[in-house]
Amino acid sequence: MKRFHGFVKKEFLHIFRDYRTLVILFGLPVAEILIFGFVISMEIKDAGIAFLDLSKDDVTQKISDKMCSSDFFRKVEDLQSYHDIDMIMKTGRAKAVIVFGENFGRDLVSRGEADMSIITDASEPNTATLITNYASAIVSDFNMEYREKNSGAKILVSPEVRMFYNPELRSHFMFVPGVITFILILICALMTSITITREKEFGTMEVLLVSPLKPSQIILGKVMPYFILSFINVLLILLLSRIAFDLPVKGSLSLLLAESMLYILMSLSLGILISTVSKTMQQAIFISLVGLMLPTILLSGFIFPLENMPRVYDVVAYFLPPRYYITIIKNIMIKGTGFFSVWKETLILTIMTLFFIVLSVRKFKIRLQ
Amino acid sequence: MTGNTVISVRNLVKKFGNFVANDNLNFNVFEGEIFGFLGANGAGKTTTIRILSGLSKPTSGTVMVAGFDAKKQAEEIKKNIGYMCQRFSLYDDLTVKENIMLYGGIYGMKKKTIQDRTTALLEQLNFGQYSDSMISSLPLGLKQKLAFSVAILHEPRIVFLDEPTGGVDPVTRRQFWEMIYEATARGITVFVTTHYMDEAEYCDRVSIMSEGRIVALDTPEELRKQYNAGSIEEVFIKIARPSRNVEGGLE
Repeated sequence: MKRFHGFVKKEFLHIFRDYRTLVILFGLPVAEILIFGFVISMEIKDAGIAFLDLSKDDVTQKISDKMCSSDFFRKVEDLQSYHDIDMIMKTGRAKAVIVFGENFGRDLVSRGEADMSIITDASEPNTATLITNYASAIVSDFNMEYREKNSGAKILVSPEVRMFYNPELRSHFMFVPGVITFILILICALMTSITITREKEFGTMEVLLVSPLKPSQIILGKVMPYFILSFINVLLILLLSRIAFDLPVKGSLSLLLAESMLYILMSLSLGILISTVSKTMQQAIFISLVGLMLPTILLSGFIFPLENMPRVYDVVAYFLPPRYYITIIKNIMIKGTGFFSVWKETLILTIMTLFFIVLSVRKFKIRLQ
Repeated sequence: MTGNTVISVRNLVKKFGNFVANDNLNFNVFEGEIFGFLGANGAGKTTTIRILSGLSKPTSGTVMVAGFDAKKQAEEIKKNIGYMCQRFSLYDDLTVKENIMLYGGIYGMKKKTIQDRTTALLEQLNFGQYSDSMISSLPLGLKQKLAFSVAILHEPRIVFLDEPTGGVDPVTRRQFWEMIYEATARGITVFVTTHYMDEAEYCDRVSIMSEGRIVALDTPEELRKQYNAGSIEEVFIKIARPSRNVEGGLE
């Protein structure tokens, strides 16, 4: 045990002395979270909008109020005529103008429906789309309330946007599970395969194998620090998303952490497996990047929804562990469901982990013969 | 040399599929001697060393190292041997002291013992100033000397040196061999492979392998006489044909 202790200590020294390792370990998750959270943010906040309300009735007032009371929009001005629209858009003070025509109130009473316009500054197409979506979501929300109050009343604007579990369209929900999934497999698989092949490349592995340390102790000693650090990383990411984005874990935190440990274990055994098939660090890096990271980003449903993919990719994705973990974590974090909703995924991950471990041990033994 | 046998190899055969890497080897190594293990690349040296150091199991035959059976007691063997390979066995990103502590710890030495030995060792090597330097900052020669000292830190009965002096200058090689002599004076048996034929002359006995077999085994003097050669290098060229495919024992 004492032998093992010294060996693990050495592994920590390797990690803490190599700033590149540290950057990947801790800099990357933080950067990823912040980049995804703020820069590639898929949401709008405090976007300036102006209103041109020619109808000036009860309903238009309610809709305007509803929009401005959300965090997304901020009223910059009440316009008086159509001419003002162009003017205020050009100054850039308003990203969009909401127009209620003169007949809005009358139409609503007589026909049960009325038209409104959402005019957006499409020089920023992304923002424009978002504003349109948000605004129509708010309107359709209003429609529902209106219908409930006045049963039988028809709809104002047909809703186009529907979001389950993320009614406020908060995009952090989508990327936090993705980042955790991605970071963990990156750190665990890539780093362990690198650290083990490094020993091989530098010839220190031979020396370790000749020593009284058992092969299992060597491997355990090498992956243990990464297990601990990865776990700390999970906590770090969760904490960061809580503080920076106010994103809580809806379901059981301990279940989430336990599932994360399983996923870390799976990634580590995958890393060990990669190290047994690669002779150099370059090989290990290549296999990890091409074989793991790309599929994780592309095929785990992290950025691109699997539903929209050609069937063949969908089939490939069934063999990729990240897919299951991302489902688990989304269920627990966002939907707040319990173990019963993720037991299948958990089982699959467990089987994959065992499979990788058995395969690695076999490969390792062959190498020793 | 006391005459006690520390390594005894009887009818050792190691096959990889159809490939016979070690073809019926028979030899003894005695306590405190420097045993030179020569052979062209691919002759089967590495395979033999791996078996002797408990990394690989013989296909057939009996191999006893430090009194333990290589087939069944590899773990015991490992506790009684030291090993230094052609590439460095020290960690570049650890300091001299940390490396020594690490290996001492791996071999189950007590902390106090390691510390005492470290002090003595650094003094002996004139290394005091380097004790907190990273290995990466040391010149090659120093690294190699240190690697050897670390390999025998736990006072093993036998130390295996696999081409220990590759790439160092003649002066450092000479110093390195002085360290080897000191180790044997303390009773440590040295089992060394080398491609430098002048180094073979420093050995007590030399064996030459070719195509998986030991084709010559004697003192350097006897070998020169026997093959009517002026040096071991000539002997080597006469009998060790560079051969076969690449060394089977490697991955």
